[in-house]
Amino acid sequence: MGKKQLRRMDLIFANEHDYKEILSKTLKTPNQYIVEEMINSGLKGRGGAGFPTGLKWKLTAEAKGKTKYVICNADEGEPGTFKDREILTQVSYKVLTGMAVCSKITGAKKGYIYLRSEYKFLVPVLEKELSQFHLLCKENNLDFDVEIFLGSGAYICGEESALMESMEGKRGEPRNKPPFPTKSGYMGKPTVVNNVETLAHTFTIFKYGAKKFRDLGVQDSRGSKLFSISGDTPTPGIYELELGMTVQDFVDDFGDSDCKAVQVGGASGFLVPRKRFKETAIGYQGKLTGISLPTGGSMMLYNSSRSMYNVLDNYLDFFQEESCGQCTPCRVGCQQLVKGIEAVKRGEKKASYLDVLLKLTETMKVTAKCGLGQSVANSFQSIVANFREEMIY
Amino acid sequence: MTEVQTLVKDLANKHGRKRESLIPILQGIIQKDRFISEHAMIEIARELDISSAEVFGTATFYSFLDTDTRGKYVIRVCKTITCSMKGKNQILLSLEDGLKVKVGDTTPDKKFTLLETNCLGWCHKAPAMLINDDVYTELTPESVRQIIEEYKKRDIRVE
Amino acid sequence: MANQINLTINGIAITINKGLTVLDAAGKLNIKIPTLCYHKDLCIAGNCRVCVVEQTGTKKLIPACATPVHEGMEIQTNSLVVRNSRKHIIQLLLSEHNADCTKCYKNGNCELQSLASEYKITNSDFIDLVPHKNYAYDDLSPSIIKDDSKCIRCQRCVRTCHEIQHLSALSVAYKGNHMKISTFAEKPMREVACAHCGQCIIHCPTGALTEKNYIEQVWDALTAPSKHVIVQTAPAVRVGLGEEFDTNSDGRVTGKMVSALKRLGFDSVLDTDFTADLTIMEEGTELLTRLKKALVDKDKNVQLPMFTSCSPGWIKYLEHTHNNLLDNLSTCKSPQQMFGALAKTYYAQKRQIDPANIISVSIMPCTAKKFEANRPEMRDSGFKDVDYVLTTRELAIMIKQAGIDFANLDDEYFDKLMGDSTGAAVIFGATGGVMEAALRTAYEIVTGREVPFKNIDITPLRGFEGIKEASIVIEDALPDWDFLNGVELKCAITHGLENANQVIKNIESGKAEYHFVEFMACPGGCLGGGGQPIPTSPEIRQRRMKAIYAEDLHMPIRKSHENPEVQQIYKEFLGKPLGDKSHKLLHTHYTPRDRN
Repeated sequence: MGKKQLRRMDLIFANEHDYKEILSKTLKTPNQYIVEEMINSGLKGRGGAGFPTGLKWKLTAEAKGKTKYVICNADEGEPGTFKDREILTQVSYKVLTGMAVCSKITGAKKGYIYLRSEYKFLVPVLEKELSQFHLLCKENNLDFDVEIFLGSGAYICGEESALMESMEGKRGEPRNKPPFPTKSGYMGKPTVVNNVETLAHTFTIFKYGAKKFRDLGVQDSRGSKLFSISGDTPTPGIYELELGMTVQDFVDDFGDSDCKAVQVGGASGFLVPRKRFKETAIGYQGKLTGISLPTGGSMMLYNSSRSMYNVLDNYLDFFQEESCGQCTPCRVGCQQLVKGIEAVKRGEKKASYLDVLLKLTETMKVTAKCGLGQSVANSFQSIVANFREEMIY
Repeated sequence: MTEVQTLVKDLANKHGRKRESLIPILQGIIQKDRFISEHAMIEIARELDISSAEVFGTATFYSFLDTDTRGKYVIRVCKTITCSMKGKNQILLSLEDGLKVKVGDTTPDKKFTLLETNCLGWCHKAPAMLINDDVYTELTPESVRQIIEEYKKRDIRVE
Repeated sequence: MANQINLTINGIAITINKGLTVLDAAGKLNIKIPTLCYHKDLCIAGNCRVCVVEQTGTKKLIPACATPVHEGMEIQTNSLVVRNSRKHIIQLLLSEHNADCTKCYKNGNCELQSLASEYKITNSDFIDLVPHKNYAYDDLSPSIIKDDSKCIRCQRCVRTCHEIQHLSALSVAYKGNHMKISTFAEKPMREVACAHCGQCIIHCPTGALTEKNYIEQVWDALTAPSKHVIVQTAPAVRVGLGEEFDTNSDGRVTGKMVSALKRLGFDSVLDTDFTADLTIMEEGTELLTRLKKALVDKDKNVQLPMFTSCSPGWIKYLEHTHNNLLDNLSTCKSPQQMFGALAKTYYAQKRQIDPANIISVSIMPCTAKKFEANRPEMRDSGFKDVDYVLTTRELAIMIKQAGIDFANLDDEYFDKLMGDSTGAAVIFGATGGVMEAALRTAYEIVTGREVPFKNIDITPLRGFEGIKEASIVIEDALPDWDFLNGVELKCAITHGLENANQVIKNIESGKAEYHFVEFMACPGGCLGGGGQPIPTSPEIRQRRMKAIYAEDLHMPIRKSHENPEVQQIYKEFLGKPLGDKSHKLLHTHYTPRDRN
């Protein structure tokens, strides 16, 4: 078909037989050196928020207090995302290595893997891996214990403060910030919360050094990234790609030749219409030319047979159910958006009502308590702006 | 002691009696009974020395901690975008037809409950569903029928 | 200085202490930032988002109530984006809210309504969600009505019931569009472990939680020619009622209140203080009897410490949560119920009225009293001892309905026969007051001397500290009580059920040892009761407390046993404290209840 093939990496899923040595070696490396390497690598949180991982570890290490925690966020719930499950299935030892090193740096003696309940079938696999890991920690004189905490079906628990509330036996309602988890997290103690993929990437840095990681990607978006690719594509699945690619290159490689739009970053991300494919790059917001979109790695492709109204309605329904419900803009805003677009579609509200709703999403973006409510605006605005007719007729 | 009391006590002994123990205990009830009865919530509140309203409030937050009656096999069909695009409705129809229930209901013999759920994380193999903890992907109306028959038979063998 | 933070709000510079919030800072500059989920009595939730403000350099708005100040902050509280956002949020709340304001019990006293009015929300952009909701309305409790259609989910009630009252009878349930405030398994309030204290009501910003009102029933009674309608008023009412009117007093409106009640048409306006004094006689004697049994007779069946029993919210709490301790409760009925029992016996006899024709109304700072009056055991007169219980708020409504210009009323005095009061009775309205009143009397009975405090003000028992402890060593006791010589009488005082729980834990663990403990369900005691005017805050309760002690100081008689009517009723009717008649009419028993 003459498609341009993007450079595919195999860093994350590559089986590293020397991982025990890597762990021992890294545990013997001075903290300061590791943190510097981490910061130099440019690794940013792969859950979607993009906070520099090295800095997070450093802040937690510096935080006052004896008891600290490391939590691996495996509450992968963003629609269109499924990479963390594969990491945990295939190379969980890399994730655990990352946690162990984080434990050494921060002084945390207890770690948790917050695993979404939809992935409960992974528990036996992980338990087995953990028992080996604990032996390894002992051999390396590292006083560190990791436990699995199983979620119970709540998308919002992927938000780190909601995740910690949930672990504390409460409703997963996001907390006010500040204080941030690095200062006051699980049980009020300094806590590092890292996404599964982020931790897996740390292994690459420990083994190959910061440079190898940094050489991948562009400018503010360094390294490779796992992409969960689904929707109208002949080749759905998980791919490791360099950051910084354009959506056009992506569609050329993965689209079905009839691609009309790509949802980057899941339901809470942005919809990129065909006319913007070329000018939009995938990476963290920074100095990329054109529009740059951060992503937790979810790429959903839609071809011309899809109604973007149905797509948006589906997203909004997801949000109105998965909102924790505590804050007004998110709880009521989501309901208004669902009811609103449905009323426009049925002709009960004029097309101009979409503009009322667009303004509402602006308010949600700046007033919602957490990322969920703030990011509903992303898909709403990008879909309504680009497919207004589909919303009406 | 009633069966529920024993179960709650055992779970509390296993997971502890702090507030942090609440969700693992609730999960333990689900594991055994598929749903958390009022009786169970009262017993949990007693063991953890918190109010039953707090137990109820916490349980109802989580979609996998059902507080309504559920069958032995809880089927959760993913309704999020990709599964929806890839034929979720046909899957539901096939299930409704095979089980003779509507979404949200439990079969009269209390064997199956049919539910919809949000993204299961199998978008690349859509449509997908869970039956209790087991995942089924790339479903077709036919494959779903077979899976259900299999579960029905499985049950007969057990009895 | 490191503990001082400099910031600007709307361009005005301010230096304030570290740890305070943007809302605090704005308050100091007299800049009002609207709030809904915020309440001074409660922890910060930050969920309504009405208080969002703009911070220079930050794209998102920040919640003023939940954001600590930091150096160099530049805050705008009235920028375009703030105003638009705030308006949106109010509109969103209204879209989920049954905004039928003219038919709402809280019309005119609703924080959401005030905000809507302030922002002139004359029409809403948004779709009315109420028809899509299956809102529940629960009026089965004798004390509290819960109307979910009025709820804005600020969680103030949930935090109140958890943080102040330790019950968590209300919790947040479900999530997203289904999120609601719920009891256990969505049961009616009367079926769950609720103290009926009404703290949720006075912390609710809207009409979602209100008292069950009996205003119409009382109007009916007042206009029924064959009925003799009497009214008793609790101590704390007279320091709260004035807040409902524009009175320029120090908060003490006893005389105006009496005058208003007479104008409303009550046949006799009497005082719960009378039975408060009687309670001291009965409860004081009960305490001394228990002490004698424990110390002299070494009776192992006597339960100490003895717990006070005047607060029906506290009683209900104990019945639900610690019902192994019911024998520690004094068997004395609350002053309201003593009054009720005597109204249809002693009062009826003296006034030669058929008790069947007496309707006994009480004005209380309390919603739990409504429940208490409905207890099946509260019919010792042969009738329902107290027919209707109105809160301070309901009385204010009746006064307004009757067109009475409260602020300009002249003072009048309570009627005779169960209308006499003492300073000791008045202070029942404040936390520590029952203890102080009891000590003033018991100490004198035992030693023949007044309590050794200036002006008999036992100041260590006063104030809003959550748990207060005090002890007094008995010396030179009169011959009847010489077994108490050298005994250090240990007391504790607590208010708010969370504190009560702490005291009980301390007692049960052996960490604390007391002879007598005063428990009040509400913060500050009855003056902070769930039936008092809304709003409430630490400052408001402080003001009421000052008024209570001022009232005490101005009373000619300040010791319960010196109340002439109390002396008279023992002589003419009851015989002696804990006598047979007292037992029948003034004492009660308790019912163990479930925790859920």
